[in-house]
Order: sequence, then C-alpha cells, then structure tokens
Amino acid sequence: MIAHAVVFYIFSLIAIVSAIMVTVSRNTVHSVFFLILDFISISCLFIMIGAEFLGMIMLIVYVGAVAVLFLFVVMMLNVAQQKNEWFVASDSSSHIPIGLLVSLVIFSELLIVIGGWKYKDKLQASINVNLDLNLTNTQSLGNVIYTDYVHLFQLSGMVLLVAMIGAIVLTFRKRSGVKTQSYLRQISRERNEGVELIDVETKKGVKIDA
Amino acid sequence: MPEYASILFSEVLKILMLLIPVLVSVAMIVWLDRRVWAFVQKRRGPNVVGPFGLLQSLADALKYIFKEIIIPASSNKVIFILAPIITMTLALISWAVIPFSEDFVLADINVGILYLFAVSSLGVYGIIMGGWASNSKYPFLGAIRSAAQMVSYEVSIGIIIINVLLCVGSLNLSDIVKAQENVWYIIPLFPMFVIFFISALAETNRPPFDLPEAEAELVAGYQTEYSGMMYAMFWLGEYANILLMCALGSILFLGGWLTPIDIFPFNVIPSPIWLILKILLLFILFALVKAIVPRYRYDQLMRLGWKVFLPLSLTWVVLTAGYLMYFDLLPVN
Repeated sequence: MIAHAVVFYIFSLIAIVSAIMVTVSRNTVHSVFFLILDFISISCLFIMIGAEFLGMIMLIVYVGAVAVLFLFVVMMLNVAQQKNEWFVASDSSSHIPIGLLVSLVIFSELLIVIGGWKYKDKLQASINVNLDLNLTNTQSLGNVIYTDYVHLFQLSGMVLLVAMIGAIVLTFRKRSGVKTQSYLRQISRERNEGVELIDVETKKGVKIDA
Repeated sequence: MPEYASILFSEVLKILMLLIPVLVSVAMIVWLDRRVWAFVQKRRGPNVVGPFGLLQSLADALKYIFKEIIIPASSNKVIFILAPIITMTLALISWAVIPFSEDFVLADINVGILYLFAVSSLGVYGIIMGGWASNSKYPFLGAIRSAAQMVSYEVSIGIIIINVLLCVGSLNLSDIVKAQENVWYIIPLFPMFVIFFISALAETNRPPFDLPEAEAELVAGYQTEYSGMMYAMFWLGEYANILLMCALGSILFLGGWLTPIDIFPFNVIPSPIWLILKILLLFILFALVKAIVPRYRYDQLMRLGWKVFLPLSLTWVVLTAGYLMYFDLLPVN
C-alpha cells in the first residue's frame, strides 16, 4: 500500500505542477507540452484507481489526437507572440473581469465537488446496481453503453458529427485553377489513346499536331 | 523493505532480460534490412565487419557514440534533447505487454492492445518535438508531415484492431493469441491484414511512405539538425517501432506464439521462437517493400489513408459484426 500511495502522490504532484505550468509558462508551445504531461499523469491516476479503459482512451484520444492538433495550431499561428503582448499591453485589463468570472465559476464548482465528498458514503449506499466484480471495467462499460445508454451514446456521437460537418462547411472554399487528378481516368487509359505509331518517311518528316 | 527490494530486483531483471534482446535485435534488424535491400538491388550490402557483416550495426553505433553532439544555438535546448529520448523510451516501453508465450509476458494487462495503441500514438511527440525544437525550416516541415501522416494512419489501424477485437471479445493480447488456436485471423480477415501492413508502413514512416524524411525535398526531415548519439537514438527508436509493428501484426493476424500446425516437429519448437520467426517474416516483407516500391506523393498518401483505407476498414467492421451477429458467433464471456 505504501508503494501505491507514493506512486499516487508522484503522479498527482506532476499533474498539479504541470497544470500550473500550463498557465504560467511564457512560451505557448511549452504550455501545450505541459498540458500533454498533465493529460498523461491524469490518465496514470485513472489507471491507478482501476479504470484502465478510461485511462487508455484518454491517452489515445486526448494525447494522441486532440493535443497533436492543439500543438499544430499553436505552432502555426504564432500564438506565443500574442500571449506575450497580452502580458505586457496595458489594454489587457479588459480581459480581467471575464477571466475573474470564469475562474469564480470554476472555483465554486470545485467547492461543490469537495462538499459532495461528505455525502460519498450515503451515495454509495444508495446505489442499488449489483456490480459484478469479476468483470473487467472494459466489459462492464460495454455492457451498459450499447444497451441502457445507447441513445445518449448515439446522441453524443451526433453532436460530434455535427461539429465536424460545421467545421468543414465553415472552412470549405472553392478555389479555381486547382489541378485534380482522376485516378480512375488515369488507370483506365488504353494504350491506343496514349501512343500512336507513325511510319516516318526519310527526308520528309511528319506532322504531329495534324 | 527487503520484500520490496526483492520484488524490485526481480522486476528490473525481467525488464533487462526483455530489453537487451530487443536492443540487440534492433541492431541485427538494421543489418538485415540493409542486406535485403542490397539483395534486391544485386549489391553485396554490409559484409565486411564480422561474419557476413553481422557486426556492422555495432560498428555504426560505436561511431555514433564517439561523434560530437551538436546542439544548434537557436534551438529550444530542453525539448531538442528530450525528443530522441522520448522516441526511444516509447519504442521500448511498448514491449512490456507483448506476450512471447503463454506465461512469458512482462505485464499481462487487461487492456494490452489499447496500451500498445496509446503508446504508438504518443510516438508522434518525439517527432513533433524534434522538428519544432530544431527551429529550422526543414525539420519543422518534416515534423508536420510526419505528424499528419501518423495521425491519419492511426485511424485505420485502430479500426482494423476493432475488427480483430470483435472476433476475440477481449482486449488482452494473450487472449487475442489464444482465440486464434483454431484459425489464424489472417485467413478470415485477410483484406484487413493487407491494410494493416500498409498502414504499419505509413505509421512507422517506412518507404514508400517515408515522406517526413524525403531527402530530395526535406534534407532528412525532423532529424536534420541531430547528430551523434541523439541521431542514433531516433534511428534506434524508429527500428524498435518497426519491430513492434511487426510483433503487433503477428499477434493480431498470424497467431502470435502459436505453431502453424500442431504436429510433432512443429510443436516441440518453443513458442517464443515462433513469434520471433513471424516477426522476422513480416520484417523481411517490410524490407522488400522498401527496396521495391517508389515513394508516394504526399496527397496520394493522404488520399490512401482517408479515402481508401478508412471507408474500407469501416465497412469491414460492419461486415464482421453482422456476420458474427447473424451466425451467433459473438464471443460473450
């Protein structure tokens, strides 16, 4: 148990420190790297409490895909400069009220979560689902997601699909003068369409573009 | 405390017993790659250092160790140094879950296949970090190409893995191998095996998909600014990843440690040998492809990933699921 506790504190320390570093570090790319470190340590914590499926999915989805796109955007858009200007500029004070509001909301949410900890035992007593402890959590998730919660699951999929289509529609533009390659036409080209054999008489030559 | 110490010692010993052979075989596999390449092109290949040139990779490694490591002045030093370390570490930690036989596996975890998938999707970071931290045009372009390529082909690899998982009913790698005792999945899922093989080529940046390091356009891609041991670590990580993809392919489709036929001369050969033979077979295919196929154009690569492999493998998921449902073959446990 001691080893378990030590590992837990190491991961949570890394998670908290890197979460702070996300906001503190001046270089935006560094911020994203710290965010990734945060994701990784959180998924390690998930694995430690036995939710290995959630932990792995978090690694695959957030770290493997979402954060990569994040990194792309930050690297390409030169957000670093903007962030620095925000720190220095005098008109940055206009962002402060909104920031304060958001952080107040998050803070009160955290308070509610910590307050809810008091009722944890009552909550666990009120759950009357008979948990099969022999099942791995992948199996138990699979048992409910596609049966009891299939509509919610499909609905969240639809939300993602709509967001995807929306992003494509917003960024789609027709450009003129773009050469496209038709693979079907290329492959289905016959020899006699491409090559023509002509007997050339000596000293007379031949006209190609006849 | 002595209890912890003994557990720690035995675990470290086990890890070393696994990692040292992996590192040695990475060196050997580089030699094999060059030999196969040379064989196809009717050259000799490395044949001077040691018998058949077997020690060529060790000689190369020695050379790299004694070379100076140059860190560009305008680079982001911490991330620049971290990048090859991350590539190498990620390539090595994934071996923890590979089952070499029924009881010869370092960590027999429930979600082994997800672990492998997660680690291989983390592999992008070594490349992006290297490319960005070099603070130079070619490495950055190479890194962006590579990241886009790896993210794209991960999608189709993930869906192919789902195909196999539908037939197995478990995410544990040992269970996946045991489920193939009757028939290897290469037979019912042959199209998926082909797509997996091609996606694995793209995922590990092997030719014909080695656009991130297309030397005609990008010098050496994300490795341009690296030298000495740091370059060698990128290189080792790359080959360890290739070996891992071969191992994953043989576990998913070629029945892992299982013998091809369960009769006398075959079933006395220990099971790890079978896995190693299957990995070698896939690797020789990898090497042959490198020697034979010319490099893809970047838009063709993206088209292949998103417009061909993704719909194909998704359709195959529907087909597999429908087949298993209809004939009541779903593995329920």
